[in-house]
Amino acid sequence: MKEKLSILWGKDGTKSVLASLISIVIGMAVGALIVVLVGLLNPSMGLGTMWEGVRLVFGGLFSTGRDAAGQLTFGFNPTNIGNMLFRATPLILTGLSVAVAYKTGLFNIGAPGQYLMGTAATLILALSIPTETVPAPLVWVIAFAGGSLAGAVWGCIPGLVKAFLNINEVLACIMTNWIAANLVTWMFDRGSLFENLQNTVENTKTAYIYKTSFNGVETSKMGLDLIFPNSQVNGGILIAIVIAILMYILMNKTTLGYELKACGANRHAARYAGISDKRNIVLSMAIAGALSGAAASLYYLAGNTEFFWSTYQSLPATGFNGIPVALLAVCNPIGVIFTGCFMSMLDIVGLQLTNLTAYNEYITDVIISIIVYLSAFSLVIKLAISGSHRKHRKAAEPAPVSTAPPDGGDGTPEKGGEQA
Amino acid sequence: MTFLIQQTLIYAVPLMIVALAGVFAERSGIINLALEGIMIFGAFAGVLFVNLTQQAGVFDAAKANDNYLALQGFMLLAMLVAAILGALFSLLLSFASVNLKADQTIGGTALNLMAPALVLFFIRIVANQNTLQMYTGDAASWFMIKKSMFGYGRNDDMGFFGSTFIDKTYLATYICIILFVVLSILLYKTRFGLRLRSCGENPQAADSLGINVYKMRYAGTTISGALAGMGGFVYALTTANCASTGEVAGFGFLALAVMIFGNWKPLNIAGAALLFGLFKCIAASYTSIDINGDGVFLLAQLGISPHIYRMLPYLVTLVVLAFTSKKSRAPKAEGIPYDKGKR
Repeated sequence: MKEKLSILWGKDGTKSVLASLISIVIGMAVGALIVVLVGLLNPSMGLGTMWEGVRLVFGGLFSTGRDAAGQLTFGFNPTNIGNMLFRATPLILTGLSVAVAYKTGLFNIGAPGQYLMGTAATLILALSIPTETVPAPLVWVIAFAGGSLAGAVWGCIPGLVKAFLNINEVLACIMTNWIAANLVTWMFDRGSLFENLQNTVENTKTAYIYKTSFNGVETSKMGLDLIFPNSQVNGGILIAIVIAILMYILMNKTTLGYELKACGANRHAARYAGISDKRNIVLSMAIAGALSGAAASLYYLAGNTEFFWSTYQSLPATGFNGIPVALLAVCNPIGVIFTGCFMSMLDIVGLQLTNLTAYNEYITDVIISIIVYLSAFSLVIKLAISGSHRKHRKAAEPAPVSTAPPDGGDGTPEKGGEQA
Repeated sequence: MTFLIQQTLIYAVPLMIVALAGVFAERSGIINLALEGIMIFGAFAGVLFVNLTQQAGVFDAAKANDNYLALQGFMLLAMLVAAILGALFSLLLSFASVNLKADQTIGGTALNLMAPALVLFFIRIVANQNTLQMYTGDAASWFMIKKSMFGYGRNDDMGFFGSTFIDKTYLATYICIILFVVLSILLYKTRFGLRLRSCGENPQAADSLGINVYKMRYAGTTISGALAGMGGFVYALTTANCASTGEVAGFGFLALAVMIFGNWKPLNIAGAALLFGLFKCIAASYTSIDINGDGVFLLAQLGISPHIYRMLPYLVTLVVLAFTSKKSRAPKAEGIPYDKGKR
């Protein structure tokens, strides 16, 4: 019986990977199709541009620019790959944020707001603590912790109102997003508390905050810059991977993770089993918020990134892109590492398209949205699989389900495992 | 006061009509989280139609001769185009959630991601920048109702009623209000409306009485898409000078909040929309609001940061939801894919 189960489990894992791969291929094919259609309908572009666009959609990561004859060249490009890893860092963490909340049955669309609050806290801490008196690495740690904490606090709010006031968490998240966007702008605006953090040295730029490297605080490269020269990569990616592994352990190997997943599977049943559903909802949103905040911390502590503080009209895309990252990984923390890298690869593709052809980077957003659309069905397909599997088992052994609470206890982790 | 009422209406009406769009979808049993995306898409479709028609010079003669009827007709056509394309776009959601029984929240999120991406992709290619505007002129000179159309001179007074509800308004606003009333009656007083609502409450029972649940859900979502698309264009026309930028400032989500606050009932929704419209209006133009007409701009003189005013609509939404959501009663079967075999 146990062997059978493990085989099934393995099969299920392969199936989710397959489903995700299919979504990716279809998404990219549709993206290429749109490129082709636009190329055909737009007389100024011509077939050459169209073909270049299609090649870049699929192989933009390995693009090395144009040669002397103006032809696109491809090859191993360490700068692109390094930048991909750098951009993947926050995406992995926001993806984890969405994934953890999803396991608890919550749709964390509030990642952008949590990300913004994390950004503000990180920058304020990293830039206001004088590095003359406090060693820079310590400032780094304080700023990272502060960013995560700010995200956690912001994530708590939708959790609290969901648990105690029964407000739909999607709506609460959206409202807190926009409140955060205005709040952060307010903090850095002229006449506000942190006005002095506005970048006045490089006066070609308006509405930017100092880079953290102005205060000597930046993430250690950990030797990655030797492997990927001329890129922005730093140790942040390693930290993100470690956090992903920790989340995997938390969700799958600890009591807390079990309780969170039980709440996600059926809130009322979990309460019946003696699990405090309200506490777990708040906790899950707090963890999710902390992850989004950490994403912002790692991105802005890199030392070479700048924050445009006038954010009240738009929310950071990194937060929203956590949703496709998580859905594509079927909310598996380890899977999130790979899908995060994939999404940042699409980012690089978009940049190459903008720089090298008449197309623009928004085509990659189209591809992402199509992948999310497809993942809406892939979850359903997987549900159907686990449903038929359960029926199968029932038919095979008509064992009395009602007699045994331990049997029910057995059933739930299985379900969690299948979803993972 | 006149200014305040006009501005409030400008913000409240798109909210109201889009919230009603949400009602049609949810009452039929589909959670339409994609309202925002459909609004963005509808706004783009309408603006693109206006832009292309202007480029072709179809209404140039009417504009030159001050033929206001033709120009208003042009606007109505643009609204219709936005509605049709919004409905088409929403088919993606209904197909996923009715035929494929997909997770409606994820499907809606996908549409919300897709609309701005597609729209910005095409705007960049069509206009070579991030905004698509009218080809010539502005929204006010082409589509706004002015007192000169009724034979009043520049200095003539139309009276309070005239200057508030006729001068410097858009016909689109009133079309939306009429549609809102008509569709509310459709939902509550006709056979079709009753059937639609039954599919959102107990689809199995509805099916047993011979109602095609799939068809009704398609109908609900398509009406929803048409209304949201039109609402998006009306929003772009009246508040953004008929320009499409790939976003509607969270209006679709605000409309969802209005719908929940209004307890899925049209009359309550109209009231909720007016409340939120008022706050949105304060946020957008608090510096020029002269409440009692004595030349004192009270809100600007209070010395409160503009960011507070901008935050206000969202804060108020959250607080109001906190007080009302315990009592709120969503359609029972919303979000659950209809499965014929399930009892």
